[in-house]
Amino acid sequence: MSFFSFVRRRNSAPVARERLQILLEYERRIISQSDLVAVLRQEILAVVSRHVSVDPDKVQVKVDRGAKVSTLEVDIEFPNAGANTAHA
Amino acid sequence: MAKVIVVTSGKGGVGKTTSTAALGAALAQTGQSVVVVDFDVGLRNLDLVMGAERRVVYDLINVVQGTIKLSQALIRDKRVETLHLLPASQTRDKDALTEDGVARVIGELREKFDWVLCDSPAGIERGATLAMRHADAAVIVTNPEVSSVRDSDRIIGLLDSKTEKAEKGERMPKHLLIARYDAGRAARGEMLNIEDVLEILSIPLIGIIPESEDVLRASNLGSPVTISSATSAAARAYQAAARRLSGEEIEMTIPSDRKGLLNRLFGRRAA
Repeated sequence: MSFFSFVRRRNSAPVARERLQILLEYERRIISQSDLVAVLRQEILAVVSRHVSVDPDKVQVKVDRGAKVSTLEVDIEFPNAGANTAHA
Repeated sequence: MAKVIVVTSGKGGVGKTTSTAALGAALAQTGQSVVVVDFDVGLRNLDLVMGAERRVVYDLINVVQGTIKLSQALIRDKRVETLHLLPASQTRDKDALTEDGVARVIGELREKFDWVLCDSPAGIERGATLAMRHADAAVIVTNPEVSSVRDSDRIIGLLDSKTEKAEKGERMPKHLLIARYDAGRAARGEMLNIEDVLEILSIPLIGIIPESEDVLRASNLGSPVTISSATSAAARAYQAAARRLSGEEIEMTIPSDRKGLLNRLFGRRAA
């Protein structure tokens, strides 16, 4: 028991390495994702605003990253041109 | 053509200032003209590590704000005549640095020197992003320890997004300088080893600075380790890193101070 606990006590570097690998993989994804979402949101808003007036708060951009494919969800709410016209 | 290098790390206390001084002195000792610039406004220390704390009259903020000329703020090193220091202000804070002012000063330094080494403050705020803003390449100082490696990873992300080079779509060359390395402890599995850190950060290695009493001694004396103990393991590691920074290809070794008993006795007396 004492021998194994001794070995385990000494070899903390592999634990550090594994913890870092897991953590950084996660943090890199979060940061690049938040950057991507911010850029997409801004550019989509600019394009849509050229044609209809959009409240920036009504633009939702979401990226869901899966193992093989990711999905981009864009939800934009804008007022109709006239109260009684159904099409914009 | 001048080269602007930012020495950065994210985390504080890993050896940015020590490394800036040691690399700057090592480059200057080869006859090239070098300026080391302290970007840590409010918490300046490069002047102290360089032994020039009593010679500071003007500083980076004065030059950035255009109240004095660059040449009035530059302090020439008394030991290596091609080495210069541009100190930070101790009484102001990082908000006193303006984007345009920093751009202009870096431009002027480029014309005067072969190497401009910018000592970044810790953190990822304004001071750190301004220090890296105009760099041609970056030296990332990392200790083989979890928080330092994590912060280095964050800084690498900023170098790839917040710098002028990154914004132009160019690649920012990044060099990893591992400081305070203890080869014995790494071999025993007590400390992250070089391969671990390289695999995690995946940027090329420019040097391994061994944990060394000479480094503390150097800062005590106010003399970069490459000047005060030029033959020590740490100094040799910095000299090799400086040569690699200049584009030389040198085999990567971990310099060691381990000497024989006689050598040790003799070395002690000589020092």
